[in-house]
Amino acid sequence: MRFLDTVMGIPMSLDIRDAGDHHAAAKEAFALLHEADAIFSPYLPGSQLSRLNRGELTLETTGPAFLEVHELAARFAAVSGGVFSLQAAPGRWDLNGIVKGWATQRAAQRLRVLGVANFVLNAGGDVVAAGGSGPGTAWNVGIRSPESPQRMMAVLALRDMAVATSATYERGLHIVDGRTGRPARAFASVSVVAADLTVADVLATTVFAMGPDGPRWAAERYDCSVLAQLADGTVTDAGELRRWLAPAPR
Amino acid sequence: MNGRKWKGTALFLAIFIVLGATFGLRLYSAQEHSALASSLPTATAKPTTAGGAAPGTSTQSAAPSGPRAAGSGTGPSVRTITGDPESTPYGNVQVAVSFAGRKITGVNVLQVPDAGNYDQQVAQVVPPTLLQEVLTSQSAKVDTVSGGTYTSTGYLQSVQSAIDKLP
Repeated sequence: MRFLDTVMGIPMSLDIRDAGDHHAAAKEAFALLHEADAIFSPYLPGSQLSRLNRGELTLETTGPAFLEVHELAARFAAVSGGVFSLQAAPGRWDLNGIVKGWATQRAAQRLRVLGVANFVLNAGGDVVAAGGSGPGTAWNVGIRSPESPQRMMAVLALRDMAVATSATYERGLHIVDGRTGRPARAFASVSVVAADLTVADVLATTVFAMGPDGPRWAAERYDCSVLAQLADGTVTDAGELRRWLAPAPR
Repeated sequence: MNGRKWKGTALFLAIFIVLGATFGLRLYSAQEHSALASSLPTATAKPTTAGGAAPGTSTQSAAPSGPRAAGSGTGPSVRTITGDPESTPYGNVQVAVSFAGRKITGVNVLQVPDAGNYDQQVAQVVPPTLLQEVLTSQSAKVDTVSGGTYTSTGYLQSVQSAIDKLP
């Protein structure tokens, strides 16, 4: 059963392989994603983030979801020595580097709570792969090649894992190194595999912003694997990437 | 004298009402489209699929299999119009839009990118021992794709083309 919705201007797809009708569960999952957009969108003037930036709210008066994401983001900012940043400019909050991953992970957890075990939730390229695609088969998640949307750099076989990718090929140089405030240019694409999409998403952004030292830095501190392509075409890895590579079809 | 003055006022009022009604109706019908149209970032240039080989060349055959209108059939004359297939980085997207009059009551997704087998190469991998395994993995069938955040342009364009086909 496939579902498609547009949230945050991004197409999000849900492929459920459990038997039965899962319209209600899918609806709840997408509702959570829309809710996150309403809270964190920098484009909606009524979002808590926009109101915080206009000084109409303080951190304390935002709400539990905002505080949770803020606390998570602050921790990643501290651990990364400021590479991951909570502010697009001094005094202007921007939680885009974490919100999509957090919201999608939350939606996936809701699906599990509702009894959906085998599904893949893809939020514009950030993926939660729950259970398998069929009996005894993992989800095969392709990592898009930076050169061509028709090509895969690699295919990962994932069960109850998540993968997030940060890249320049769709949105240009949009990831900023929080230490310098300048766009990061070292990588063409960074993918991070982790059990939790929030972690995978933040780490993909952080590794991208950090530059060539990023993959090893992430794998040493977090339970994750990295597949990255530098701007010159060189492919690099960190962690246990080998463990996730899909076997050749028989 | 007074009669003529009154006729002038009536004429003025009549013209005013007709103009008002014309523009009002136009605005009203435009509003129904604006939600989609405004979120279309300069939808004129169709994204071309790099490297050719777009999946599903005979996409026109993907007509709706029966009237699977998503909207409830409450309104007058529910019609389903199939949008053009739009190419996106991952393949074609095609939708069928149900209308009650000029109001959208539902959107059915007829086609979404269905990733098949890929056969590619990686420039270089460190360490080299991993290279073979990475290359081998590329031949696995793909269920979904992780990549840099893409936008919903293709989807919206297909919806828009269905709207454009409204008589």
